[in-house]
Amino acid sequence: MTFEELEQIATDARAAKETFPRALNVCVAAGCLSLHSDAIKSALEKEVRRRGANCRVAGTGCMGLCSLGPLVTREPDGHLLKNVAESDAPEIVAKLNSAMPERLLYSRDQPFFQRQTAIVLENSGRIDPEKIEEYIAAYGYQALLHALTDLTPAQIVQEVSKSGLRGRGGAGYPTGLKWGTVAKTIGTTKYVICNADEGDPGAFMDRSVLESDPHRVLEGMIVAGYAVGANLGYIYVRAEYPLAIKRLQVAIRDARRLGFLGSQICNTKFSFDIEIRIGGGAFVCGEETALIASIEGRRGTPRPRPPFPAQSGLWEMPTLINNVESFANIPTILRRGGEWYASLGTNKSKGTKVFALCGKVRNVGLIEVPMGTPLRQIIFDIGGGVPEGHRFKAVQTGGPSGGCIPEQFLDLPVDYESLKEVGSIMGSGGMIVMDDSACMVNVARYFMEFCMSESCGKCIPCRAGTAQMFELLTRMTNGTAKLNDLDLLEELCDMVSSTSLCGLGQSAPNPVLSTLRYFREEYMEHIVRKHCRAGVCECNKLAEVSA
Amino acid sequence: MSPAPAVKTLLIDGKDVSASGDQTILGAARENGISIPTLCHLDGLTEVGACRLCLVELKGSTRLQPACVMLVEEGMEVTTHTPRLQKYRRMILELLFAERNHVCSVCVANNMCELQDQAEAHGITHVRFPYRSPSLPVDASHERFALDHNRCILCTRCVRVCNEIEGAHTWDLLGRGVNSLLISDLHEPWGESDTCTSCGKCVQVCPTGALFDKSKVGGKVRKNPDFLSYLNEMREGLR
Repeated sequence: MTFEELEQIATDARAAKETFPRALNVCVAAGCLSLHSDAIKSALEKEVRRRGANCRVAGTGCMGLCSLGPLVTREPDGHLLKNVAESDAPEIVAKLNSAMPERLLYSRDQPFFQRQTAIVLENSGRIDPEKIEEYIAAYGYQALLHALTDLTPAQIVQEVSKSGLRGRGGAGYPTGLKWGTVAKTIGTTKYVICNADEGDPGAFMDRSVLESDPHRVLEGMIVAGYAVGANLGYIYVRAEYPLAIKRLQVAIRDARRLGFLGSQICNTKFSFDIEIRIGGGAFVCGEETALIASIEGRRGTPRPRPPFPAQSGLWEMPTLINNVESFANIPTILRRGGEWYASLGTNKSKGTKVFALCGKVRNVGLIEVPMGTPLRQIIFDIGGGVPEGHRFKAVQTGGPSGGCIPEQFLDLPVDYESLKEVGSIMGSGGMIVMDDSACMVNVARYFMEFCMSESCGKCIPCRAGTAQMFELLTRMTNGTAKLNDLDLLEELCDMVSSTSLCGLGQSAPNPVLSTLRYFREEYMEHIVRKHCRAGVCECNKLAEVSA
Repeated sequence: MSPAPAVKTLLIDGKDVSASGDQTILGAARENGISIPTLCHLDGLTEVGACRLCLVELKGSTRLQPACVMLVEEGMEVTTHTPRLQKYRRMILELLFAERNHVCSVCVANNMCELQDQAEAHGITHVRFPYRSPSLPVDASHERFALDHNRCILCTRCVRVCNEIEGAHTWDLLGRGVNSLLISDLHEPWGESDTCTSCGKCVQVCPTGALFDKSKVGGKVRKNPDFLSYLNEMREGLR
């Protein structure tokens, strides 16, 4: 493959698209698909055939505004149609060249779209994820070709370092530094692993990226393989994402067909291939050493670090392990330059971040904003705020490892450091908005139950400690707790976070600690007055009986 | 052959110590008469760093490190018995006692139990956490040995000795979190295990009374069911 050949594929793909003056793109990512958008697509196709309309109907990835799905975009004017039903197909096709009915139209001038900056999601909802040609037409695989023909591995590492990209899995380790370490580690065999074991409750960023633009992740991995000197990559994706797995399989097959994977990629000496490994449903396998153990066919439990995977990872070989979103940023960074990427975001957190916005917010969906965007803007402008009749209470970031951020910090710019300062973490990007109908003690209990049942059981603090914390929190919610239990809970939080073996245990107390920090009075009400102000906990019944 | 690892000097509890570069903090400490508590560690088996009793403080780092896996480094300053560490160790032991059903007075390993020893050494007189009191079975299907899950602390010494020394890999773990369970083969009764060689290594390395030799339990107490002549006479129809 040469630049000319790549350009030819892109030109052909664009020309094929342009033979149709109109196009209807139907979202067929998991969100809309669960509302049977595939049936809508068939209905539109049938209607186009029946009328002999000169229109192309295509399935695309996620368009972001999941709560208004199923979504359809009309090209070339880009009109977005919301809540589309199968029965709307005749009207949509009939009015292909005129204004769409108001009830279907969602204006792209809304802050939901205006306040976003798309890098990782630039093709999401615009291209057919199962057609490699469409990805190429959107400048896909140019970064790879550029990397293989114009750059040395060291230059690529430098460019990634320059971009300031930090690990998007949540911990925020500088990606360039990680690549550099693996590249410099001596070893004949090295591996690249893409961590797609997204498991936080309320998080669906990686799933959407894989379902909407899988080639972007593959391209990032191949570039990484070239940069660090690896010839084999693994994508560890959870079994709960069948559509993502299917699209990855199609993407890998197509990439092999065009010679982006395999031996002597693009007529260079570099060979690289990618295999998929499917996770068995353990949350802890998102932890890198547990993930590696799982790929090796062993029980998915973490091991103490050091040694870090960069020195001794998969089969004790130097291993680069990055999250889906980290890899998805790479093609754009190489195409537009590290400096350009670093111009986005804040001082220490560069670029953009994809968030899965959910919970008590009007616009539930997938968004991408520059680092440093204030929480208020994300929740109230892009998210449209809390639905009528309720008040915003807190936003939970970082899943079971994160914390709840109350209203007084809404003007906080979202980056790795500032979120940590207020007792939460960036995490992988789940953002759960809670209103006054949420009881913070119950929220903490929910996350503790999650950590307890997902603890691998290897180290005692996490295995037995989460179970004890869950028991203590249960006592608080059912009205049997004593004040002493609060002391025990706080002692356990400190001990479990200080002594656990891996990140799961070390961060398991975070939801408790952050709610204790900002909503301590709710804990006290539960324990002393047996009262839950949100009215969700059992302890209220007890209080009624005694009153 | 790889060159011999360099000798490192470090400070453990204020004492100057030299160690070879491939030694762990635990190894270096014990060699120099400094004791660090452990439960999952056993010399000769691979380290898992799971029990967290051997956590130590390193100067310049807020994160505690397990002495059993952390290799020595030049100039390292290790503290092994700070009030903070001792507090965590006591809590870890308390958590273990509350997790399953550890009743020393009726245990086969009473006075020969590492968990009991650690509790004594750490001055544990009672447990502040609610006992979970799970309902767990006893597997006595093996002709010589038995497994009492109620006393298992999931240290995996048995799993490792069976796999690494005996080479049988009879033992492994099932499930996760507090529901983890030691199993033989594919969760079959121990007595029906095809891989178990009845070597007894697992019984020897078990720190508690979870794995025990049946003959050493009732063996010492000689029972005489015939001591009541009344019963014999009833059985034989003499009355």
